[in-house]
Amino acid sequence: MTQKTRDDQTLKWVGTRPIRPDGVEKVTGRARYGADFARPDMLWAKVLRSPHAHARIRSIDVREALALDGVKAIVTGDDLPEIASEQAFVGEEPTDYRMMSQNVLARGKVGYVGHAIAAVAATTSAVAEEALGLIEVDYEILPHVLDAVSAIAPDAPLVHDDLCDRKGEKKAPSNIANEVEMGHGDPEAAFASADFVIDRSFTTQAVHQGYIEPHACLAEAGPDGQVTIWCSSQGQFMIRGYTAKLLGLDLAQVRVVPAEIGGGFGGKTTVYLEPLAVALSQRSGRPVKMVMSREEVFRATGPASASRIRVKIGATRAGNFVAGEAWLDYEAGAFPGSSVAAGSMTIFAPYAFEHARSHGRDILVNKPKSAAYRAPGAPMAAFAVESVVDDLARQLEIDPIDLRLQNAAQEGVQSSFGPRYKRIGFVETLEAAQAHPHYDAPLKANQGRGVAAGMWFNAGLQSSAAVMVNADGSISVISGNPDIGGSRASLAMMAAEEFGIAYEKVGVRIGDTASVGYNDVTGGSRVTLATGKMVVEASRQVIAQLCERAAKVWDVDVERVQWADGKATVPDDDTIKPLGLAEIATGAGRTGGPIQASASGSVRGVGMSFAVHLCDVEVDPETGKVDVIRYTAFQDAGRAIHPSYVEGQIQGGAVQGIGWALNEAYVFDESGRLENPGFLDYRMPVASDLPMIDAVIIEVANPDHPYGVRGVGEAPIVPPIPAVANAVRAATGVRFSDLPLSPPRVLDALDPAS
Amino acid sequence: MSKRHVTTTIDGESREFLCEDEQTLLDVLRDVLMKTGTKEGCGTGDCGACSVMLDSRLVCSCLMLAAEAEGRVIETVEGMAEGDRLHPLQQHFLEEAALQCGVCTPGFLVAAQALLARNPDPSEREVRFWLAGNLCRCTGYDKIIRAVLAAAAEMRGADA
Amino acid sequence: MTRLPERLFSLARVFLPRSLAPYTGGVLEVELPGETIRALIAGLEAAYPGLAEKLSGQLAVAIDGDIVADPYLEVVGATSEVHFLPPVGGG
Repeated sequence: MTQKTRDDQTLKWVGTRPIRPDGVEKVTGRARYGADFARPDMLWAKVLRSPHAHARIRSIDVREALALDGVKAIVTGDDLPEIASEQAFVGEEPTDYRMMSQNVLARGKVGYVGHAIAAVAATTSAVAEEALGLIEVDYEILPHVLDAVSAIAPDAPLVHDDLCDRKGEKKAPSNIANEVEMGHGDPEAAFASADFVIDRSFTTQAVHQGYIEPHACLAEAGPDGQVTIWCSSQGQFMIRGYTAKLLGLDLAQVRVVPAEIGGGFGGKTTVYLEPLAVALSQRSGRPVKMVMSREEVFRATGPASASRIRVKIGATRAGNFVAGEAWLDYEAGAFPGSSVAAGSMTIFAPYAFEHARSHGRDILVNKPKSAAYRAPGAPMAAFAVESVVDDLARQLEIDPIDLRLQNAAQEGVQSSFGPRYKRIGFVETLEAAQAHPHYDAPLKANQGRGVAAGMWFNAGLQSSAAVMVNADGSISVISGNPDIGGSRASLAMMAAEEFGIAYEKVGVRIGDTASVGYNDVTGGSRVTLATGKMVVEASRQVIAQLCERAAKVWDVDVERVQWADGKATVPDDDTIKPLGLAEIATGAGRTGGPIQASASGSVRGVGMSFAVHLCDVEVDPETGKVDVIRYTAFQDAGRAIHPSYVEGQIQGGAVQGIGWALNEAYVFDESGRLENPGFLDYRMPVASDLPMIDAVIIEVANPDHPYGVRGVGEAPIVPPIPAVANAVRAATGVRFSDLPLSPPRVLDALDPAS
Repeated sequence: MSKRHVTTTIDGESREFLCEDEQTLLDVLRDVLMKTGTKEGCGTGDCGACSVMLDSRLVCSCLMLAAEAEGRVIETVEGMAEGDRLHPLQQHFLEEAALQCGVCTPGFLVAAQALLARNPDPSEREVRFWLAGNLCRCTGYDKIIRAVLAAAAEMRGADA
Repeated sequence: MTRLPERLFSLARVFLPRSLAPYTGGVLEVELPGETIRALIAGLEAAYPGLAEKLSGQLAVAIDGDIVADPYLEVVGATSEVHFLPPVGGG
């Protein structure tokens, strides 16, 4: 399925900034998100969560809770079917359905504070809450382990006593759930030939995706076995698949209606509530609604792994990277599956190394199961490697962008994760940053400038889209991917471009699981790219049909008919009056019936996106507070379909990274209880913390996409942490190796005596 | 336990509702009156998604008991547009692409409207500090700030 | 004289994940005939019994730099480079 990339000269919509189709309903409060659905006679359900980091559940007594007036159903782990071990792939985090089921509702053992133990459905949420207090759980408290270093110590408590399959080999049980190794050449030998070698270790804490909308769903199970779920997620098909798997239902019995989603960033690529709501609805015979509190969101969903990363890079005096080696330990949480494989793949990806090796370990600890977070695994890896590259530039006295250009990955170079690069835009992105006025702007006292780079893949995966011609000549597009950041607009623009009609004549709807073919999640920077490709393909099929219908009307050979500017024409006979879309559509009943097509595929030709960020900070020597005072982010978008939403992705990713660098961190007490499960103490950036974020779009077209698109959603969170850290290094002379760069930590480093 | 009867004005309409003592105004707006345009992001007054105007003062509706709404005038995002005509803030949020997922947008719009009511010509810094009580995780705030400044300029022009 | 199609003489270069070295006696790069990923996996299994099962969990390959998930029927060019990779998704 190779499609020719459309020529810029002929484009009418691509590259413009129309208002998104779902805009008005979102600024008027009419858009319906996960918690905005209700059904007559609906129950409310709440979840009982573990107060212990690690404990055996001896017994659960729900009798008193069930007897409470208004309580209609309770489920515990015993009520869910036992699931066979089977590999699933969730976001960037490999997992196992058996483990997923145990995370949704604990069986026999709890693995972290906040682990779900039981769910209660009652007539009001207050009654459900009261009932939770009446459930008696008898725990045998077990020793717990809270960080990767302790977890791999020889006498560490085992998070799972039976988990020993790693690298495909049966080994003695341990908290190392998986190991990966990749790279080429022989770095160990090559370091000997380097003039300079820098070898440093870095740590990062768990952080939350921080979507503003808590997880929420409404489920209704009928007496006939049919189930409907309304919920917000990054994929209605994902919710259907996982819920059916965990409850032993047929997919055809389950319909998932996608709500608008109030942010996901990878954290809504799995299930937490939906199987519980369905099980409670099955037992009570009534619709069941569940909404997490913010505290539950922090304790029981999300976080990106805490990490420990050691990076070693050797370079020649002239600045050529000779060899790189990295060791990455990521905390998976209480179940296997951190993003360490992706971290190991991306850590050296921006550079051309003759010798590269990364060693990753997925480590179990008694903390919430980690989840995918925007470019999963890559930001912490970039923090480590880009800090070392910055130090090398300083030591070699080479401009940091020159050093990166000198070693930049480009077409034909073997990547550190294996394959040779196809056409990528890293060099162009670095050059744009170097040429930008920001790079040379003067700085004042206590200020510093940092530069950092990063990359993320584009996922192709499976997509479907349907395109229908309406009787008035307007076009309906159905996508199966929730629209998190304007993808309805980009899909409508590509369809309008294909048909040669006005953008306003294209309606885009997000279909439920019964109204469009299967789609993998909205994630992996893939919707505009991959689902967009399916919209283009379905549109082209429809246009072929429109040409056939026109040929029938005119009674000419279809080969003579061409489609241009929303009309069928016969270029070799100007006596034939062109037929517009509306005319063909109105008469469709006479020429063969409704005109529509759908396209589905495992999408190939997906490319990848590189980003380079410039960050200026000012460090207050009195308080240690770091302010970002100027920020410019450059990224190769291939081709920006709707530049405003591309800029938005870049700006949003940059700010999430700034938060990760400066403030955000999960803080646990010794018992394993999260001490900051709210936005007051888990401090995400607010408007007054930030300057404008200048987004500069570089367009090195992806040759395998009809419009040259590269997915842009994730790469922008990769460079910010090292960009901030390198700026702080420039401002203070101190290299920070541990996140976050919060005022007390910075102040300590500036004045160790204080 | 009997419920409390409350009479209030919401988005220009007089409304009556029954509530429990412990229910917040946000609970009643969303779950009793089914006005779900106002969002809950945290329930602790930290994110601003539930912002509403109470007698022309900006409040987090999650921090206020519904019973306290007796006799008060409440304005939510659902009352901002006049029929089909969007408020300039709503229009500029669309034109500047100031929303991605959109769940924080109702709170930002209400808070920004409150700002412009008291300061029709805010600086970028003033907008940033006024909106510091509203969390957005998608946009990095850049386009939100630009949209508010653009709406303020248009509204000043319209007044002149 | 029968002339064999040129295809029979062309070989894809297959790169295995380092974690599989124990199953191949340390070999990580193999030249194999085969027009699809499925055929390459069959060839690997013939050379190193048991390897196909190990690769079944590997859900992605890069064929000449183009990363593909669930690639079993993907066509491999006459002189393609094929890398088996951990699956790549995203957040």
